[in-house]
Amino acid sequence: MTMQQFIEGPLWTFAATVFLVGVAWRIVAIMMIGKPKDLTVAKSSSMAGAAKSIALHSVPHGGNLSRTIYHVISGYAFHLGLFALLFLAAPHVTFISERIVTVPWPAMPRWAFIIAAEAAFAGLILLYLRRLTDPIMRQLSDWDDHVGTWLTFLAMLTGCLALQESHIGLRLFHMVTVQVWMIYFPFSRLMHAFTFAMARKHTGATYGRRGFTP
Amino acid sequence: MTDVPASDAPAIDVQAAVDKFNALTGSHIASYLDACVHCGQCAQVCHFHEVTKDPRRTPAVKLKPITKVYNRHKAPFSGLRKAFGLAPELTADDLREWEELIFDSCTMCGRCTVVCPMAIDIASVVAISRQAFAAAGLGPADLMQAAETSRDKGSPLGVTTDVLEDRIEWLEDEHEVEIALDKPEADILLLVSSIELMKYPDSIVAMAKLLNHAGANWTLSTKGYESTNFGFLSGKGDIAKIMITRITEAAEAVGAKTVVVPECGHAFGVLRWAGANILGRPLPYEVTHITEYLAGLKRAGKLAFKPMADAITYHDPCQISRRGGATEDARYLLDGFATGFTEMTPTGNYNWCCGGGGGVQAIGRAANVRHEVFRIKMKQVEETGAEAMVSACSNCRLTMDESKAALGWDKQLMSLVEILADHLLVAEK
Repeated sequence: MTMQQFIEGPLWTFAATVFLVGVAWRIVAIMMIGKPKDLTVAKSSSMAGAAKSIALHSVPHGGNLSRTIYHVISGYAFHLGLFALLFLAAPHVTFISERIVTVPWPAMPRWAFIIAAEAAFAGLILLYLRRLTDPIMRQLSDWDDHVGTWLTFLAMLTGCLALQESHIGLRLFHMVTVQVWMIYFPFSRLMHAFTFAMARKHTGATYGRRGFTP
Repeated sequence: MTDVPASDAPAIDVQAAVDKFNALTGSHIASYLDACVHCGQCAQVCHFHEVTKDPRRTPAVKLKPITKVYNRHKAPFSGLRKAFGLAPELTADDLREWEELIFDSCTMCGRCTVVCPMAIDIASVVAISRQAFAAAGLGPADLMQAAETSRDKGSPLGVTTDVLEDRIEWLEDEHEVEIALDKPEADILLLVSSIELMKYPDSIVAMAKLLNHAGANWTLSTKGYESTNFGFLSGKGDIAKIMITRITEAAEAVGAKTVVVPECGHAFGVLRWAGANILGRPLPYEVTHITEYLAGLKRAGKLAFKPMADAITYHDPCQISRRGGATEDARYLLDGFATGFTEMTPTGNYNWCCGGGGGVQAIGRAANVRHEVFRIKMKQVEETGAEAMVSACSNCRLTMDESKAALGWDKQLMSLVEILADHLLVAEK
């Protein structure tokens, strides 16, 4: 078995399995912890509150935008850029439609890729600079924050290097960094990509019953 | 696992804290702890961070003790984390280090939740953490004493039933108002806070005047009169339950279908939104804050008010507005009556806290930082041009009165029920 066959075969299968099983395991394990039934009398709908909270916390609200503008702009830039790269970059569309789902969808043009990549890199770098320099984020940060950021950065960087598909080695390097990222994902704070909805849902349901979703 | 320090300080029962953290970590708390990305945006809207700029006063920092226990004992893959030495156990030093943050530096106002991209309800995690710290034998002595005095004497300020009876009799004579006490049957059980009884008795007179005028069948009860719940605020769950049990037994004794909580934010928040859970069964009565109840009477045409032209603004008690769901009732009461009313910025559900909620008012060592927090409120009020700030929480009022005196501020603080009673339109009844 060549290195290419190993990376595209067993290693990919292993990384994808760890990712899927790990993510599912963590979500189910959190849900299995359970929560005592709320015996108070609701004033309003908890389900509506949960739905509202999930949507509302995706956008700045409450008149605090000027206080959080740095995170809002860099956060949006990074996440929107990353999602565009992940699901709309031409090589990813080809890879996913060949290996995971059989129905292809349109890829974004090259100019859009460049914009998405620039936004994602700028956002990630700005967020990380803040983590390194802001006393508040330094107080909060631990090794997991740094490892998660660097793995994401490397996956993005190698992806850009592999974009031209000029050298098979660059593509394989990208695949390996992504596979390491996928294996690390379920055990790390990168899981916020899924747990954000759970946290928002709980707060929304709790306060939705009271008539106001914070 | 008990840490006994060499000094006179009490021993810290770390295992009791760990057990309490584990027992109280439900899936909602687990979701919060797993979702926090350490972005620190919560600091930007926390009044304690705003006035100190101390990074340790970042709300998310208060999640660390429970996160440590969660990662070691309850989190998915905690076994894996332990095997790699990545999940150290909570220590007595951790608890000592975080005590001030958990008790003195959080009023459980919930502003941080608004700005959190994950919507993490840090206030509820702090409430749980206080229970763990109290189980370990930690917590500010004055806050703990207030809880124990509530249990032993009926109220945190030592207002026994004898004192209550004396104060009510005096208020009836002084103000020529009927204040029902221990009526055998009543539709409504009215509670009082000992802050009102001892510091702001006019507030009780005002509630009596308004309820009497509306023809409500109400009473106070010596069986259960204290609305504040320092058991909850101090993390002493057993005392929290005792306080709610007293109110419930009093309501059942008079057959009350409604319990009206007076001008006290946390009293309302605890009884309305945690009471049944603390008691372990649904409450056999409806819980309503006095502003909600009076708004209902006004809607029903049972209360009307003479116009008041004073330049006023309104301070939202966090547990009544943002966390209580009764933001609009105070506005409805002021609407059409307070012609000189101006909203402050931010207001309503996004208003700044007074700095003394969550029991912080009772913590003597937190006085200086409370006064600094009050500067935020001073600025908010001054920007409106108002000469007086009205509120519907005697704890907020006491906190701000003390800070007003400490800082020499010249504006007035008022109670909503008092200005309503003073402007009651008797002729239109």
